[in-house]
Amino acid sequence: MPQIVLREALKRGLEEALDNDPRVFMMGEDIGEYGGAYAVTDGFLKKFGPERIKDTPISEQAFIGAGIGAAAAGLRPIVELMSMSFALVAFDQIVNMAANLRYMSGGQISIPMVIRAPTGAGVQLGATHSQSFETWLAEVPGMKVVCPSNPYDALGLMRSAIKDDNPVLVAEPALLYGAKGEVPDEYYEIEIGKADVTRTGTDITLISYGYGMRPVNEAADTLAGRGLSVEVIDLRSLSPIDMDAVIASVKKTNRVVVVDTARRRGGIMAEVTADLQQRASEWLDGPIMRVGSVDVPWPYNRGLEREVLTDAADVLAAVAEGYGL
Amino acid sequence: MASSTKSSSTTSRETAKSPKNGKNSAADLDKSGIGAETDYLDLFRQMYLIRQFEIACGENYSKGSIRGFLHLYIGQEATGVGAISTLREDDYIVSHYRDHGHALARGLDINRSMAELFGRSTGTSKGKGGSMHLFDVAKRFMGGHAIVAGQLPLAAGLALAQQYNKTDDLTICFFGDGSTNQGVYHETLNLAAVWKLPILFFLENNMYGMGSSIERVRAGGIDFYPGMATYGIPAAEVDGMDVLAVKETTELAVARIRNGEGPQFIEAKTFRFVGHSLADGQKYRGQEEVKEWEERDPIITFPTKLIAMGLATSDQIAEIKAGVDLAVENSVKFAEESPDPDLSEIHTDVLA
Repeated sequence: MPQIVLREALKRGLEEALDNDPRVFMMGEDIGEYGGAYAVTDGFLKKFGPERIKDTPISEQAFIGAGIGAAAAGLRPIVELMSMSFALVAFDQIVNMAANLRYMSGGQISIPMVIRAPTGAGVQLGATHSQSFETWLAEVPGMKVVCPSNPYDALGLMRSAIKDDNPVLVAEPALLYGAKGEVPDEYYEIEIGKADVTRTGTDITLISYGYGMRPVNEAADTLAGRGLSVEVIDLRSLSPIDMDAVIASVKKTNRVVVVDTARRRGGIMAEVTADLQQRASEWLDGPIMRVGSVDVPWPYNRGLEREVLTDAADVLAAVAEGYGL
Repeated sequence: MASSTKSSSTTSRETAKSPKNGKNSAADLDKSGIGAETDYLDLFRQMYLIRQFEIACGENYSKGSIRGFLHLYIGQEATGVGAISTLREDDYIVSHYRDHGHALARGLDINRSMAELFGRSTGTSKGKGGSMHLFDVAKRFMGGHAIVAGQLPLAAGLALAQQYNKTDDLTICFFGDGSTNQGVYHETLNLAAVWKLPILFFLENNMYGMGSSIERVRAGGIDFYPGMATYGIPAAEVDGMDVLAVKETTELAVARIRNGEGPQFIEAKTFRFVGHSLADGQKYRGQEEVKEWEERDPIITFPTKLIAMGLATSDQIAEIKAGVDLAVENSVKFAEESPDPDLSEIHTDVLA
């Protein structure tokens, strides 16, 4: 199977949609002439023209809001935020408008819109450019949130996100744009809201998503080297969350560690933890262990940032602490 | 109080040049605002309908049948009616939280509108929206929005779709003077101007953002339209208490937008005769100011003018009033008799 990087997978999904559906267009800061801060839309302006590849002023509220309006009128905008941290500037539009409009209009309005944003720390951008607010937005009813961990998922989820009639946030782990993986030429989609059991096992379940799959997979390799049978779940989607897959796995392994590379406190893994406690506590042989990045603003210094960011050692420490493995 | 004393002959002051060509240019419009095609009686009917609807809302709020926040459009009727009378079926309308007037002017069903305020299943949003969130997509009435200035980019996006689809439809976006200190207001004006969107920014300057007079919260005085030069958006000021002046000024702006000239801006000076909401004791302003504006009440001055000019008889006015009174009474009955939404409705309309 051909191997491509995650950036290329996203690009393929976007290009396909622009090719096939005249209602699809893109907006964002420097996505056109510049080619996108992370080069995902490089070459699009030349191919699709300025009416469909729209460079915006630096006005996140205005262009996210304009995307919502265009979607309400029947277009299918794909809007890029240059950083997930910039979503804060547009939160009113994302939450009060995109997510609430359908409900408060009694179902009269649909917002078939994709918001894309690079997310996560690890590239020394400091406190304002390293945050992961997909975990906040996953709490908001009326929208969906996905976060791919590899090129195959990135393409499959992007296709589904663009076809979805709801607002969908695609959180793109910034550290993974260059990550390689197998992507078939044949068309496929990945259903939003379905987790992926990426490794099956019987001794312990490790759960994460997005960039978090990297430390989880490393930890799983180490544990397997010690003779443990590890099950690994990639949530793929933070809203809705596939708790059925999570619970089915925990019933089998009786041990679980949930892992996030976003800050630990309050994040999406707190939700997974609470749900597991309520629905599967009798199946557990120990505490639900929760791993996340340190609850401080993201530091710039490389050594400090690495220490704050969740890594495989943190996952292994939690496995040892919770289950003595 | 500068604007309340302005002569009605200076109904429209332009800060940008009139278009030199175009079939609907200023020269084609009767400067009195009175042309053969204008349905004066219907303009009066709409304004009176809004007034009576709002009075009924106030009464039912006092009774506890309507809850939440209730912001009445009383005093501003000429503005909404005059502006919306210029639009076509395919044009979009976006409003703020004081949205009943715009909804009724657009022709939203009065029964379903009242039922929405009562929170009933027969309401425009099945009782899930309330007073500040009226919607009727079939009429291209895209809300009722209650985060101040939050509706501006939504309207820009609707206009963007109209431009993208290569139509000559447009979007009108109403907002109040309170919106103008929000960042997104400026962001949207800039975006619309840069992209030449077919949008009419319609400022209803009623002099107060809740309890704060413009003078207290805005640097630069009470006039907003001169500032539009910054964005290169043609702007006009109009007497918002004069329905024909509003109609005329809006027609001009609408013609320019349909002609592909990009966004336009109208500032109507108007006044709400009542508090910000039903919870407002109006401690922040004197009753004299309110009285001065009430002397220009369009519900009284407009029919008087029509009768004086021989464009209507007092019998016709009385007949319209009787019809509207009955319709409003019936809307309250309709709302009262409508069922609450079924509890299963909690989970519908969350996702498409």
